[in-house]
Amino acid sequence: MNKRRRTIFVVTLLAALHLFVIFPGFFAPYDYSAQERELPFAPPSPLHFVDAAGDFHSRPFVYSWKERPDSRGAYEEDRTQMFKVRLFAMGSPYVVVGPWTSRLHLFGVAAPGRIFLFGTDDFGRDEFSRMLYGGRISLFAGLLGAAVALFAGSALGVVSGYYGKWVDAVVMRLVELFLALPWLYLLFAVRAVLPLRIKTTDAFLLLVGVVGLVGWARPARLLRGIVLSAKERNFVLAARAMGASDLHILRRHVLPQTYGTMLTIAALLVPQFILAEVTLSFLGLGVGEPMPSWGNLLAELQKYSVLTSYWWMYLPAIALVVLFLAYQWTSAKLQEKVAVVNT
Amino acid sequence: MARVARRIVHGLLLLAGVSVFAFALLSAAPGNFFDELRLNPQVSPETVAALKIQYGMDRPLPVRYLRWVASVARGQFGYSLSYHCTVGSLLWLRARNTLLLTGFATLLAWMVALPWGVLEALHRGGWVDRMGGAVTAVLLAIPDVLLGLLLLLFAARTGWFPTGGMASVDAASAAFLGRLQDAALHLFLPVVALALGTIPILVRHVRSAMVGVLDSPFVEAARGHGIPKWRLIYRHALPAATNSLISQLGFSIGALLSMSLLMEVVLSWPGLGPLVLEAILARDVYVVIAAVMLSSVFLVIGNLVADLLLYWSDPRIRAVSP
Repeated sequence: MNKRRRTIFVVTLLAALHLFVIFPGFFAPYDYSAQERELPFAPPSPLHFVDAAGDFHSRPFVYSWKERPDSRGAYEEDRTQMFKVRLFAMGSPYVVVGPWTSRLHLFGVAAPGRIFLFGTDDFGRDEFSRMLYGGRISLFAGLLGAAVALFAGSALGVVSGYYGKWVDAVVMRLVELFLALPWLYLLFAVRAVLPLRIKTTDAFLLLVGVVGLVGWARPARLLRGIVLSAKERNFVLAARAMGASDLHILRRHVLPQTYGTMLTIAALLVPQFILAEVTLSFLGLGVGEPMPSWGNLLAELQKYSVLTSYWWMYLPAIALVVLFLAYQWTSAKLQEKVAVVNT
Repeated sequence: MARVARRIVHGLLLLAGVSVFAFALLSAAPGNFFDELRLNPQVSPETVAALKIQYGMDRPLPVRYLRWVASVARGQFGYSLSYHCTVGSLLWLRARNTLLLTGFATLLAWMVALPWGVLEALHRGGWVDRMGGAVTAVLLAIPDVLLGLLLLLFAARTGWFPTGGMASVDAASAAFLGRLQDAALHLFLPVVALALGTIPILVRHVRSAMVGVLDSPFVEAARGHGIPKWRLIYRHALPAATNSLISQLGFSIGALLSMSLLMEVVLSWPGLGPLVLEAILARDVYVVIAAVMLSSVFLVIGNLVADLLLYWSDPRIRAVSP
């Protein structure tokens, strides 16, 4: 029961994280590029329940930040006016999907007040909102990259495992080449080919392509192995004896045997590819300003003052760790399941 | 020795493949160094054209490739357009630093991971194993970038370690021992960062290798004969597990080099990492190609060494392929 509950917890966590970053506009109170130039590096706004007079409020509220008169760059709460946190508040418009826009946010505060759950960056942009929008880039780069790599890898792996002979030899030499190269050098080499300064949407697509291109080798090798044993199964041989075409055998008999492995590989690849995106953007070779990604959010920490003074700038990294742990756990569980099914 | 020769030929073929691949890929790049130069109003179009001819960039691709191969044979690895010197002269120093870093990191990582993995395997299912497993899981989930940044923060906060570079400004004037101490201080954080990044994977491998061996009948028999526990582990079980561990050593080199690249940039270690990054940003194609090549050379050599170690440690392999 305990194990079951843990599974439910991890799956819910993963689903919630994905939901957050699929609809960042709704969950984030502000746009990722909305600036508050007066408030660079403001700390997270504390949620209060008790006001200055000592009265208790059931609805949490925040104060706005103002610069401390005695020292520049330090803030204190302006206790003269409180701003109640409202659920389903109307705010700045955002795009949900395609042409569908909305102004509804999960939470917000009334106009002059500002709520910074995770503080602000050097332009006074809300770090929480930027993290959600950044997660959309990073996570989608991981998911799409994994999809590309898995598709290319499994197509090549299945073909080379099923047909063997020279196709197999060529594909496997290529796989060895790609697996042998240190992945970051490979990523650099592929990235070096592409233009340096590009639009963010192009950058994102390129990232996905690069990451997918670099990562196809591992799924190809794994699936080849599965197909090699799958095609010798008795029912496959029987189907062949009955005159089934290659396409039919592949689709109906061989491919279904690989689904479990594919899912496991996917759960392994997604975090790896998210990491690839984070690494590239961190080094300034991926998605650039003003569009946030978890990589370029972390790049801020390369500045000495940010590194040592503003702890909330580390929060994107914490999100990454949580996400990776959840994925790790899921892939381990999937592996156990697949191992049980295959025996 | 035929085996070694075959391995060397394999490695050379791999290197040739990598070089063709890297060369073709980077020559297909839409922008090049001269495009960037052309944007500079102080450089006339004639100069750019002359430079292009001087560096042989107007020639067709196969010719450029062959000239590059000839240059590699002389140890020059082409010409760096932004540093105005042969790539070889840039590369050797940086490569030495990267090797220094990865070498020490590998040593440290194995020194920690080996006893850790053995301990986990011995107490399989117990609290030691579970705790160790949790620690490795968390370490594995921490992105390398964060690891580097946290160590940097540690250095900045405590002031115990320098936050970058390889030597202090006044180190050159110090005595030999002082220089050594200075170098060790600078080396410490990058080595720890790299080791921490590799340890979780190593621990898992050591654990699974040891678990496999500890379950085998011969260990059971040895235990039945009353051989003391520690002698059993170090004389009987561990040698039997070395086989897969040595293979792992070979495999882990690629990952280690990648991680080193990133850590060097984060912790400003003057290795290949910062050089490659700058080269990409400056569109200095030959430096990028050379770095990719060099990393493959390390990889091939590393795998060769792992293979030789395997040959030396496992009599079964010697018996099969004399």
